[in-house]
Amino acid sequence: MVYFLIIISAIFVNNIVFSQFLGICPFLGVSKKIDTAVGMGAAVTFVLTLATIVTYLLQKYVLEAFGIGFLQTILFILVIAALVQMIEIMLKKVSPSLYQALGVFLPLITTNCCILGVAILVGDGTWAAKIPGAEANLLQGTVFAFATAIGFSVALVLFAGIREQLAMAKVPEAMKGTPIALLTAGLLAMAFMGFSGVV
Amino acid sequence: MNKPLEVFTNGFIKENPTFGLVLGMCPTLATTTSAINGMSMGLATLFVLVCSNVVISMLRNLIPDKVHIPAYIVVIATFVTMVQLTMQAYLPALYETLGLFIPLIVVNCIVLGRAEAFAAKNGVGLSALDGLGMGFGFTLSLTILGCIRELLGTGCAFGIHIYSDAFGMLLFVLAPGAFIALAYLMALVNKLRK
Repeated sequence: MVYFLIIISAIFVNNIVFSQFLGICPFLGVSKKIDTAVGMGAAVTFVLTLATIVTYLLQKYVLEAFGIGFLQTILFILVIAALVQMIEIMLKKVSPSLYQALGVFLPLITTNCCILGVAILVGDGTWAAKIPGAEANLLQGTVFAFATAIGFSVALVLFAGIREQLAMAKVPEAMKGTPIALLTAGLLAMAFMGFSGVV
Repeated sequence: MNKPLEVFTNGFIKENPTFGLVLGMCPTLATTTSAINGMSMGLATLFVLVCSNVVISMLRNLIPDKVHIPAYIVVIATFVTMVQLTMQAYLPALYETLGLFIPLIVVNCIVLGRAEAFAAKNGVGLSALDGLGMGFGFTLSLTILGCIRELLGTGCAFGIHIYSDAFGMLLFVLAPGAFIALAYLMALVNKLRK
């Protein structure tokens, strides 16, 4: 039951893009076509889940064990950067077809703030406060990270669908580009606000 | 116009991080629930930008080309940790509100972007000015957006009551208001620029 709550909360109620404002850059950048949006979503899901597991273990067995919690930011960002690089190399060798699909998005992911953001949330265990019954352990943290990434993908694909239609609409000169995209995101965020209070 | 002044004012209007380059959208949207919050976030970023620009500019001939991005990230992360610890010690209430977005300055594209595009190619003095100008430009846009959202949402500006909060539209303090307010502000800037 608690896993169900975590998943619903991370995908809909506290959607990472629409209510936490993480990962806005790729959200605005790679949402012009549904295909690329799906690719980016899959790449983020893959990296986010893996990165969270690795950073959680480092937090528990290195940072907390030696009392050097202040190094969290530096350690996490370096580990994420190295992990992304490693995934890229491994994918290239193991599964060229998957690499072809996700390859272009991988380098972009290092500076995607939703990866570091979720890693810190799970590392500190602060994410569990929003969900009744949730405990900040590895399994639930990983489920939270995975569901968050799915929430990101849902937001990205929905938004890309709207933008594909928007490309054909007549938009006032000053609103073209980012402003109209932000306005659309605002309306979508309003729709997602309807979920608040569910969990 | 002379070069230092040009470098300094570049970030204000022409290449304003928010309205010109459209970088650093996450903190822009998330921390502008009030003018004070927006300004604090802007100032924290300003500090990191200036310090990292200066250090990277000093080290620009020492850092091997192959590892320059990780090296820059370490420099930036160091200053971010400094801001984080200082804020936690002296401004705990503000630290609580800005929360996650302080450590996330590390992945703010403006900081790495300026390091790569400016500090890695220019001298220490000019890099410091560039960081200062960009930082002020960022602070300015965050403060303006925060002010607008606070005014529309609660009827206050910088915590001072302008009109009764009974007329406030709570939506503007919540998530959707951030997107909508920024969209119109950006459209206005585009219009004025023409």
